[in-house]
Amino acid sequence: MMRKFLIVVFLLFGAGLAHAVLPEEMLNDPGQEARAREISQGLRCLVCQNQSIDDSNAPLAKDLRIIVRERITAGDTNEQVMGYVVNRYGNYVLLKPPFQLDTALLWLLPFILMLVALGAAYFYLRQQPEPEAGDISNEILKEE
Amino acid sequence: MQLRMATVLPVGLFAVMGVVLAMGLRHDPKVLPSMLLDRPLPEFDLAPLKAGSPNLKSAELQGKGLTLVNVFGSWCVSCRYEHPLLMRISKDKRFTLVGIDWKDVPEDGLQYLSTYGDPYALIGKDEAGRTAIDLGVSGAPETFVVDAKGRVRLRVPGPLSPEIWDKQIEPLIKESEKAS
Repeated sequence: MMRKFLIVVFLLFGAGLAHAVLPEEMLNDPGQEARAREISQGLRCLVCQNQSIDDSNAPLAKDLRIIVRERITAGDTNEQVMGYVVNRYGNYVLLKPPFQLDTALLWLLPFILMLVALGAAYFYLRQQPEPEAGDISNEILKEE
Repeated sequence: MQLRMATVLPVGLFAVMGVVLAMGLRHDPKVLPSMLLDRPLPEFDLAPLKAGSPNLKSAELQGKGLTLVNVFGSWCVSCRYEHPLLMRISKDKRFTLVGIDWKDVPEDGLQYLSTYGDPYALIGKDEAGRTAIDLGVSGAPETFVVDAKGRVRLRVPGPLSPEIWDKQIEPLIKESEKAS
């Protein structure tokens, strides 16, 4: 029983490790290959829009993976490689949108909403009348 | 007054959210803004699909009035859907229609055109898909309208339709006719 369970667990985790990168695409230098993987995981596949190019089997994703590796071999920094792709496809290809003027609302809205909620809660609680003497909660407090 | 605020505010917020989400439903996530709008067409020099015809060069699209660059492939289903429209507009003398055969086997591309007709003045082949990536193509078919100065004026992802033609491309043709 335990053994079967472990096998299932291993299979499930193994599924998460599967990537679309083919052996022939990989760079010989493990350091460069690691950078290529890191960059491709942050780039959106334009065909299946919620996958990264690292995960996608689409031919366009493969072309982009090869370009990422070519730029790295040509001596580009990670930012330059990202810039190369963004220049062609726009910020949309970045799975994590950058923080800039037109995305400020996207990044800041959760914090703004949180402040609004905290403010509302503060004023609401302050307006609550003081508990009266006959209140049950006060009775309990007295007993203790 | 307190009670009114407590009822009006949530209903108001709900209404605002409803409107925003309804707008989101109408927004097609496949239609992305092009990075190339009003920028020069990236440089390319593609070998011809048809042996004997000249290369398709970005530099040569300049100074010749309006050009429509259509990215297609024999493997692409929506291209077939778009094809009759391309055949119809190919007779129009107000612009030049050129094609980029994207990630295709050249023989298949030629076969496709001999079966369905060839609307293009010139066809370059992009087997490696490099030019398509320079253009920011995300899928075929895709059409770029390039003006006489070599700037991209419009990108249409997906098949052209009579509606897109009348609303988006026809005004650009009119504008280019006035300019020349």
